[in-house]
Amino acid sequence: MVDVVGLDELMKEHNFFDGFDKEALELMAGCARNESFRAGEYIFKSNSDATHFYIIRHGNVSVELPVPGRGRITLQTVGEHETLGWSWLVPPYRWWADAKAISLVRAISLDAVCLREKMEDDHELGYRLMQRFVPVLAERLHATTVQLLDLYGLPGRA
Amino acid sequence: MNVLAPNRTVGQDPMVPRSFVIERVRKELSDTYTMDLVPRDGLPFRFEPGQFNMLYVFGVGEVPISISGDSKVTAGISHTTRSVGKVSAALNALQPGDVVGVRGPYGAPWPVADVHGMDVVFVAGGVGLAPLRPAIYWVLAHRAEFGNVAIFYGARTPEDILFRREVQQWRGRFDMTVHVTVDRATGAWSGKVGVVTQLIKGGGFDRHNAVALVCGPEVMMRYAAEALGERGMPKQNIHVSMERNMKCAVGFCGHCQWGANFVCKDGPVFSYDRAEPLLSIWEL
Repeated sequence: MVDVVGLDELMKEHNFFDGFDKEALELMAGCARNESFRAGEYIFKSNSDATHFYIIRHGNVSVELPVPGRGRITLQTVGEHETLGWSWLVPPYRWWADAKAISLVRAISLDAVCLREKMEDDHELGYRLMQRFVPVLAERLHATTVQLLDLYGLPGRA
Repeated sequence: MNVLAPNRTVGQDPMVPRSFVIERVRKELSDTYTMDLVPRDGLPFRFEPGQFNMLYVFGVGEVPISISGDSKVTAGISHTTRSVGKVSAALNALQPGDVVGVRGPYGAPWPVADVHGMDVVFVAGGVGLAPLRPAIYWVLAHRAEFGNVAIFYGARTPEDILFRREVQQWRGRFDMTVHVTVDRATGAWSGKVGVVTQLIKGGGFDRHNAVALVCGPEVMMRYAAEALGERGMPKQNIHVSMERNMKCAVGFCGHCQWGANFVCKDGPVFSYDRAEPLLSIWEL
């Protein structure tokens, strides 16, 4: 007999949802579904509508931008237990980069419109989700700043 | 730390170099070379992981360089040097058979001999892997005496991964984990892209029973120590290797003074509880 695990149970395993009670998890699970992406498959593309965000359960994702004359530049990779995507939170809700599965990726995707509605209806839930996302944003900003510093390069070296 | 280097006899002038012959030169990166040196006097050379030598390029000058080879090998020494100034560029232009002066070893080592039974986390950035390599050799040579061993390594690009073949070998071992990330992906790189501190988040060590040895640019070490602290590692278990303008290497000249410390003899390895207050003072 196969055990069927609910999405709220899967979500509970991810530290992003630490501290959410059963009721809140069930509420958010109503916006969630399990997805998988083959290696090389695009999860989303820049300038398209940011309709979801993702909790990566397995595999790695490359966040990249095509730069004319330089090919596709990988800005960062996102791996297991990390969250992918924040553009769904900020108007005009469009992705600013591409996300491509480097390997087989299994993820929980959360429908952005559904979740934004729930956050609007339940400000407590909205506040707590923002509490989770602001550190993710801050961490990405911090990492980008450090990368810009080019700490391992020599002064004057391009 | 004893100022008198262990290879010197009492009464020998610590400012007089021993002469070593360059036996082999390996190009590691576009601007980074490893030199294997053997002493002309045939006497053994002993050091502890984390210590450095003053290398003298005759007619050009002297520069402090961490030892990057295996401390179990006493017949010679290895140094990995990046060309960043006049002396290091001159050093990297030398060929096998050329002679350099060596004073040392100097400085406080990585505390690998004092942390038996603990998990060991190496965090390296760029050419900061070179001063850590003797400690990695030491831990792997005494592997059964430690818990989990993890290396978190950040490089500028895939082409800038130092000791690439060894890193791959370490990664293939079943008794340690190696995570590599680059700031900028190039070519067919399919590994991680991002800063080394993000690797630390993945853990793989017991925060209450682990020691971290961190080496790289100062800003990177500070962020790495903060990330380790966020994972619950006590500051006194985090060790960083500092770099300052070392001249005499024996605590006389004061060039490398860092607060109340001389980096050459009180360091270069400091526990983070000692280093943190000073790292936040940019003028030091």
